[in-house]
Amino acid sequence: MDKASRLVEDEVYEPSASPSSWQILWREIKRDKLALASLIFLGIVVAAVYGVSLILDQKQIVTVDLFALYQPPSSKFWLGTDYGGRDVFGQLIIGTRNSLSIGIIVTVLTGVIGILAGLISGYFGGTVDNVAMRVVDFFMILPTLMIVIAFVAAVPKYSVVSFSLIMTAFLWMGIARLIRSKTLQERELEYVKASRTLGSSHLKIMFTQVLPNLSSIIIVTMTLNLAANIGLESGLSFLGFGFPESTPSLGTLVSYARNPQTLEFRWWIWLPASLLILVLMLSINNVGQALKRATDARQRRG
Amino acid sequence: MWKTILRRLLIMIPQIILLSVLVFILAKSLPGDALTGMLDPSVDPSMLQEQREKLGLNNPWHIQYWDWITKAVQGDFGQSFRFKMPVMDLIGQRINNTIWLSLVTLVLTYLIAIPLGIISGRYHDTWGDRIITGYTYLGFAAPLFIFALLMLWIFGFHFQMFPTGGSVAPGLAPGTFDYMVSKIYHLLLPALSMALITTVSTVQYLRSEIIDIKQKDFVLLARAKGASESRVYTHHILRNSLLPIAAFFGFEITGLIGGTVFIEYIFSYPGMGQLFLNSILIRDFSVVTALVLLYGIASILGSLISDIILGIVDPRIRIK
Repeated sequence: MDKASRLVEDEVYEPSASPSSWQILWREIKRDKLALASLIFLGIVVAAVYGVSLILDQKQIVTVDLFALYQPPSSKFWLGTDYGGRDVFGQLIIGTRNSLSIGIIVTVLTGVIGILAGLISGYFGGTVDNVAMRVVDFFMILPTLMIVIAFVAAVPKYSVVSFSLIMTAFLWMGIARLIRSKTLQERELEYVKASRTLGSSHLKIMFTQVLPNLSSIIIVTMTLNLAANIGLESGLSFLGFGFPESTPSLGTLVSYARNPQTLEFRWWIWLPASLLILVLMLSINNVGQALKRATDARQRRG
Repeated sequence: MWKTILRRLLIMIPQIILLSVLVFILAKSLPGDALTGMLDPSVDPSMLQEQREKLGLNNPWHIQYWDWITKAVQGDFGQSFRFKMPVMDLIGQRINNTIWLSLVTLVLTYLIAIPLGIISGRYHDTWGDRIITGYTYLGFAAPLFIFALLMLWIFGFHFQMFPTGGSVAPGLAPGTFDYMVSKIYHLLLPALSMALITTVSTVQYLRSEIIDIKQKDFVLLARAKGASESRVYTHHILRNSLLPIAAFFGFEITGLIGGTVFIEYIFSYPGMGQLFLNSILIRDFSVVTALVLLYGIASILGSLISDIILGIVDPRIRIK
């Protein structure tokens, strides 16, 4: 279909209002076949993983079975067993669920903190903004990985909750800086001044007028952050500083490859998890890149 | 320009102070203190208290901080609990390996990025560009540790083309030619694995920079004056598009720090990253805090270098 007829078609379907940001995002994904396929794939993985893990019993899967060490894939163990005789397929399902869950939790937490900090800093500007951004700059320079690892080691009662809080504490700065710079641009626009003249409170302008205008950028960043956070979590679990072994993550399965014997001869333990991480991150990135194009009218395909 | 550099240096001071406070909080929240490294279990607890008092470990926190920071400035980070030697000596043994790994990675990163970026930008929308763009797309999404693990599996174990661990073959005397060759041989696979991933953003940046610049008026003018195609690229387009790449050099350093931890762990390469992870596992926390501080300072210096180079090549962003 060429561009002209596409335009005509759009006019037929939406004669009056200009499309909402959600419609623009959705249209861009539909135009990008790779992104659409990725989105469908992600939907299937999420449904399968959360669905199947309802049936699976995490306790039973992480229980050591000494009679079934390092079994190669068979009809009983679809992906064989690991050094504790635990079913790799079951661990893969539960690991994916855990990795996705922590990724989503951290993304939402960092998103909320980052958006709040960015909005306040950008909207009011001045000294608050100056100080806040110097602090954000500083934290963005720091080698996040080592500091997260060191704090994970320092926490006395280590759990999934403290792990996500530590990750959140060092990962909210990127989104804060982005939202701040966009808010700085927004607040100079006429509608903000008009609203102020009409007597709206700062809070109302920030959250009901400026924030909705940033929604598409927020969705894009959160999508790309989700991929990054899943990568970081599985990386930390791989190094041994993420989830405890009783709560397997995708990184935990990959970490068994630290044993050279496992790496060389028992591919079924670590390779599926590695490839799954790779494909998951690629898919999320595909969707994120398509969304990113949608926010920039010049790059849109749809 | 000198004013800019001076101002940028002044920004660094609060950054380093903030870093040291953060590391101090970390050091205090990690279990154990300066004494744990020197004692054996037979020591009397009351003597321990006396020693603590003498070392100032019962002082209020700001005095402790001051003591710690004055020592740290002189390079004294206390004793390693595990190896019974000063932390700085321990780090000194490993720092060279990490610096070598980082250097080779940096060189490879640019050796890969510049040709690929130029091909991709100069002949954009050809099949060559599509392959390169596909590679950068993959490399952007792929986590470093998965990629490095696959490289080790394929080239280290399956084809046995490279050694699978260590930094040098055993039994070679330092300083000999064989020793150097063996060192480089052990470095190649880890450095290449890291470079193939870190280079991706530079390739993407260089590509879009070249595509951007080749439509500018001054390029048109150069062509109109009859400059040959290769001269247009070397003298007009590349000169403009390579400068920002040079400016990202400092950020590359920051990026390398996180990367070396994974790479050293996967390839059993005895550098600072491996020391860091091992020290946490054996709870040798004086080493951990020293390393976090050093890594933090390296990152701060990296961003300083970037900002200074950026200020030299692009006068618009100089700090006023």
